[in-house]
Amino acid sequence: MEFTRRDTLALGLGAAALTVLPIRAVAAWDDVITAFTGGAEVGEGGLTLTAPEIAENGNTVPVSVDAPGAAAIMIVATGNPTPNVATFNFGELAGSQSASTRIRLAGTQDVVAVARMADGSFVQTQSTVKVTIGGCGG
Amino acid sequence: MISRRDFLQTSMAASAIVGGSGFGNWAALAAQQSLTQDQLLQFDTFGNVSLIHVTDIHGQLKPIYFREPEINLGVGAASGQMPHITGADFRRAYGIADGSASHYALTYNDFTALAQTYGKVGGLDRVSTVINSIRADRPDALLLDGGDTWHGSYTCYHTQAQDMVNVMNALKPDAMTFHWEFTLGSDRISELVGGLPYAALGQNIFDAEWDEPAELFSPYKFFERGGVKIGVIGQAFPYMPIANPGWMFPEYSFGIRDQRMQEMVDEVRAMGAELVVVLSHNGFDVDKKMAGRVQGIDVILSGHTHDALPEPVQVGQTFVIASGSNGKFVSRVDLDVRDGKMMGIRHKLIPIFSDVIAPDPAITRLIDEQRAPFETELTEVIGQADGLLYRRGNFNGTWDDLICQALIEERDADISMSPGVRWGPSILPGQDITREDIWNVTSMTYPNAYRTEMTGEFIHVIMEDVADNLFNVDPYYQQGGDMVRVGGMGYKIDVSKKQGERVTDMVLLKTGEKIDPAKTYTVSGWASVNEGTEGPPIWDVVENYIRRKGVVEVKENTSVSYSGA
Repeated sequence: MEFTRRDTLALGLGAAALTVLPIRAVAAWDDVITAFTGGAEVGEGGLTLTAPEIAENGNTVPVSVDAPGAAAIMIVATGNPTPNVATFNFGELAGSQSASTRIRLAGTQDVVAVARMADGSFVQTQSTVKVTIGGCGG
Repeated sequence: MISRRDFLQTSMAASAIVGGSGFGNWAALAAQQSLTQDQLLQFDTFGNVSLIHVTDIHGQLKPIYFREPEINLGVGAASGQMPHITGADFRRAYGIADGSASHYALTYNDFTALAQTYGKVGGLDRVSTVINSIRADRPDALLLDGGDTWHGSYTCYHTQAQDMVNVMNALKPDAMTFHWEFTLGSDRISELVGGLPYAALGQNIFDAEWDEPAELFSPYKFFERGGVKIGVIGQAFPYMPIANPGWMFPEYSFGIRDQRMQEMVDEVRAMGAELVVVLSHNGFDVDKKMAGRVQGIDVILSGHTHDALPEPVQVGQTFVIASGSNGKFVSRVDLDVRDGKMMGIRHKLIPIFSDVIAPDPAITRLIDEQRAPFETELTEVIGQADGLLYRRGNFNGTWDDLICQALIEERDADISMSPGVRWGPSILPGQDITREDIWNVTSMTYPNAYRTEMTGEFIHVIMEDVADNLFNVDPYYQQGGDMVRVGGMGYKIDVSKKQGERVTDMVLLKTGEKIDPAKTYTVSGWASVNEGTEGPPIWDVVENYIRRKGVVEVKENTSVSYSGA
């Protein structure tokens, strides 16, 4: 694969933009997750987050999480002023490790769920929920 | 190795529609002479199951003109894929001869000239003839209505859709799903659906309060036809409370809910379904994505985005069928189902040429009965236009240019906005514009033409928001309309960008100045989803404007320039 000078310049710009832009925005919700995981490595799989692709009403968005075998599941709204939405803890006698709630979203953003499994490992998943002003249907 | 199914798909493609063999070139032949009902209905009955699909009729009982889009951009994976190919490229893709009947039915070019030759399309009395003919071949064919049926005309509005219900009932559908029907309001929906003599389907229609399946609708209906057990699953428009006023049907929640779709497919398969059909109002790209995520669907009868495709699009082992809008087409799908599996498919998108297909007199009478109380109001001529009036296309159409100009002049605004809906027939140059014609492009239950002040910044937010509903690379985030039409303002749009970056160079046309984010502009528009919107109904605004002008001038609109696709 060959890069022209121009392509290379564009790539360089893209990389620079990536490193500069998101730092501040990302920091807050990232910290919330780090506090939950204690900085442990976070894997994938075994955790289902169900949320609408487009919220019908951003003030009350139904979300549910399900992670068989989890000890706790945290939900984080990455774009909210207070990203920490809820943490559900499941005791040993819990019939299932799932929970549903409704959350308020300040705007289009990723909703992240992190589960602490019984063995102390962590898994994470996320879903983009769009909050739109809407108005034009075919 | 070519699988049996691939082989059948190839044979399907070779025998599919109209296009390849062609109806001859139009320079040599006039449609009425060359085109016959027998040709349009010709179909070698195949397999053991027939499906008949109609969708997005939008209240059109009578024949109309309908111009297909010139600009219908696809983004991301949909770029350059059907249905995002138009005009000559579309004809080349399907081997459709220039000037042929299929050219006129399926593409936009030379529309006015070809309309003189081939005439109007649609009319539910003609649709009835087609359905009767298919039923003559296959008496137990399933007739499935994809929704957007109980909306879109003067008579539909004034009878709260009773006209459409009466005529559709006479066609005897087996099942239906929904979109604009909900804008009749919850009470009327309950009344009509409660009395429906066929299945009202929507696996994604939920009770908003309890987030449980709504009791009034069924997720699916089980049929046994031709000795085959068939599960038909409904999928209503997923974004109703967002694209339309949710306050009119607050009891309901929707969404794509493809996990539940998978559960429903599994459920009907477990009940012994040998064929699983989804009757969908998702829109074509959403259906394609869903077909790739939900396993076990044989056929998706796709509605909402008004695409008319002469061949199915195959996604994995699922065939997605698009049957157009406004009563212009009927799809016939014959299936060979054996040993619990779909083994083959034969399909034809039948264009309803109104002058070629004989009306079913019983249905003509029924349609006339619905219209009789309103005949004087319907037929009053308001004026003419000196060019073709059409709506479909991603950015603007001459009908909406007219509506936007009416809003600016009648409501004394700097800028006007008209919703990017995809329904609404076309009017030929010089053709009388009747009150019915105006209602055909404006009729809805939230018609108030507001007049308000907006900052330049807010206008930009609206433009970006609507653009993302159309050009988000993930189809699940698209709502299936076209871009909001804007009068009095020009802009550039790069559809490949992200939300917030697509729309640039917004200019106030009357001064040529850039739109100032901090400055306030007077904006008039209609079809607001907000409760309590005030203003005269849009049809009065447009009627007053056309009456005042007598003959409306149709100008070329160059105020939007697009890139990125």
